[in-house]
Amino acid sequence: MASIAHTGSLPRAAEFRTCPDTGLKVDLAAEKLIRWNAVVAVVFLAVGGFFGLLVALTRWPAVHLLPAEWFYLALTAHGADVLLFWIIFFEIAILYFASAILLNCRLATPRVAWFGFWLMLAGALLANVAVLQGESSVMFTSYVPMQAAPHFYLGLILFAVGALVAVAVFFGTLVIAKDEGTYEGSVPLVTFGAIAAAIIAVFTITSGAIILIPTFLWSIGLVSHIDPVMYKVVWWGMGHSSQQINVSAHVAVWYAIAAMVLGAKPLSEKVSRFAFLMYILFLQIAAAHHLLVEPGISSEWKIFNTSYALYLAVLGSLIHGLSVPGAIEAAQRRRGYTKGVFEWLRKAPWGNPAFAGMFLSLVMFGFIGGISGVVLGSEQINLIMHNTLYVPGHFHGTVVAGTTLAFMAVTYLVVPLIFRREIMFKKLAQWQPYVFGIGVAGISVFMMGAGTLGVSRRHWDITFSDAPVAFEYPGTAFLMMGLNGVFGVLSALGGLMYVVVVVSSVFFGERRTEEKARAEPLLPQGGAAAVASYGSEGTLKLPGTITLVAIFFTAFVLYYFVNWKFLSEVWPLS
Amino acid sequence: MAIHPPEKRIWWNEPLEKSEIIWITIAFIWGLVMFFTMVFWHFTGEQNLSNEAYRIHPETFAERTEAMVDQYTVREEGDTGLPVVRPPPGSDVYMLARLWEWWPILELEEGKDYRLHLSSMDWQHGFSLQPENINIQVHPGYELVLTLTPEGIGEYGVVCNEYCGIGHHQMVGRIHVVAAK
Ligand code: HEM
Ligand SMILES: [Cu+2]
Ligand SMILES: [Cu+2]
Repeated sequence: MASIAHTGSLPRAAEFRTCPDTGLKVDLAAEKLIRWNAVVAVVFLAVGGFFGLLVALTRWPAVHLLPAEWFYLALTAHGADVLLFWIIFFEIAILYFASAILLNCRLATPRVAWFGFWLMLAGALLANVAVLQGESSVMFTSYVPMQAAPHFYLGLILFAVGALVAVAVFFGTLVIAKDEGTYEGSVPLVTFGAIAAAIIAVFTITSGAIILIPTFLWSIGLVSHIDPVMYKVVWWGMGHSSQQINVSAHVAVWYAIAAMVLGAKPLSEKVSRFAFLMYILFLQIAAAHHLLVEPGISSEWKIFNTSYALYLAVLGSLIHGLSVPGAIEAAQRRRGYTKGVFEWLRKAPWGNPAFAGMFLSLVMFGFIGGISGVVLGSEQINLIMHNTLYVPGHFHGTVVAGTTLAFMAVTYLVVPLIFRREIMFKKLAQWQPYVFGIGVAGISVFMMGAGTLGVSRRHWDITFSDAPVAFEYPGTAFLMMGLNGVFGVLSALGGLMYVVVVVSSVFFGERRTEEKARAEPLLPQGGAAAVASYGSEGTLKLPGTITLVAIFFTAFVLYYFVNWKFLSEVWPLS
Repeated sequence: MAIHPPEKRIWWNEPLEKSEIIWITIAFIWGLVMFFTMVFWHFTGEQNLSNEAYRIHPETFAERTEAMVDQYTVREEGDTGLPVVRPPPGSDVYMLARLWEWWPILELEEGKDYRLHLSSMDWQHGFSLQPENINIQVHPGYELVLTLTPEGIGEYGVVCNEYCGIGHHQMVGRIHVVAAK
């Protein structure tokens, strides 16, 4: 059994166990909260992923599964369940992990944390009920003046308030850790990344409240008018910045996995932390790239804001794009894989789903989600992409291939460490990141392709069979939608594999006792220290990483200018 | 083994590694290039979205559109009952969005400039000109005015690409581009 220490003099008599894998002191209250937030997150992923499959099958012209009403309902449910509920529940688990566990500290006010949890859960359920009742098929963006049922907005508000409570508990825990001196020096990088995410979350949730509360009042008749452009400006203050929570969180997860699996340390703590700071400082103004073709907003504001003031937040991601693979290469070279340019990569633990998922997430986030995002967010190029399928193509590259895959990957460490269960169906788990990764890469790329050909997003029938005036998309567009369907099935399969492995391991997996943990350590020598303490790798030669970054940068520049060329070929307008 | 003493205490005082400095510099310059490309395109590019927009009552916009339709209708589009309107080049042209149609159908001359006015009567809609793939958001209460120069004779579709309820996928309009007289 785990050893339990009582610290009676504290305001709350926290109970700890000592983790046999890492030697960290684990607050049992924090551990329980992490478990429940993670479990609920996975349930919403399963539900939302199922709706995603239905949507993809409906948009596959040869299948065209759902009737129109159900399609729009399923699409609304898909967006809300995966983008909001899956991701944010999981992020709360990450915040508790990065504070209480990594800092060896007790969690501030677990009761309040549970209150936040129940609020979030109640809100998420209420919103789902509203959507399933059919009166709220407004998409998760709920642009006014289209109106949903009042309890749809109420659900989102409750969820947001619950999340805010959880973020407050996170900050409280940091304060306690500092006061009680549970760590020395600077907080570890992973915690630093989580702090960045939490700071952005405060801004985000506040924007959400500012816009959703009046919208709720409007839906029950207490407010008479909500300006549709103003709604979008404020809504995206939440909607976009919350994507930056995701980016900060999944970058923190990349560093955490690299540290735990390979003992990797950042090349330079300074550079990596500075890159997180860029997110906090410049991401708040990122609403504009959703508003590039709206009336009544000036080009000056659009350009300044869509580039996050000179692309300084993109700079943050570009820095992580070097320092994460760089940290991995450095760690591998330290372990003796020094031959040639890429031995470190070939000999990486590709059979470990935590590592495989993390690396695929890194590569796909950069190449698919990142490049397309910057292109899509260029003021004028947006004219040839706005509201086409290019947009969902792009963000399945960021929030699915990037964030979701990274979170899946870290689960393979969380289950043994926090749930203290062995992963079941090891083979299935090994394949899971690849199946999901390839599937998501496919849906991202084919939706982007269809969008380039003009296919609209959120659209039930691209044959326009019962429209008075029809229009015919080119045959390639239909091909793209068919391929999107095929890869949608593949990604749903990858998602199902994840859910099966995680749920069975958590409930039926063999218990990971202390003896077992000692006999078969999960982390290599130094893995725990690398994630839970401060320290840079220092100077090293990194030819592999430099080659990868050079390939990435070349692709980026070429793709960027190709799209300006495409733009220059459409009708002149001014 | 858990807590190792920090190797250095203050992260912002550490030296920087050379490969990282080089990459940060390149990435920063690339950011500047992308920023100034957008600015530059406003001066040299031919595709920039107009900043001319007004607040307008949907009824006012509908009246102006109807006036144009009354004056310049040349025929009906097949048996759809929709008017095809051919206003003179250089003039103000209106297209209104409502649940679930783009109204009216326009006939424009190739290579001529038109001042196109867009607004919605009800919810938000998306003006998506196909196969050109020009996409502009249309709001109720806002009138966007842009100058458009059609290129290439033929029939173009105006798909609605902002979700606007259950008839969203039936909302398609049309623009004919014909040879200049
Ligand atoms: C089983 C895997 C998935 C499949 C097959 C899938 C497929 C799709 C498809 C086909 C669309 C519709 C595009 C349209 O018609 O406009 C869509 C929309 C969307 N997906 Fe996914 N997706 C999956 C997983 C995810 C995940 C994990 C997330 C978030 C973390 C996500 C976030 C979204 C969002 C936010 C939308 C936009 C909804 C809207 O337009 O309101 N998807 N997805
Ligand atoms: Cu519409
Ligand atoms: Cu529509």
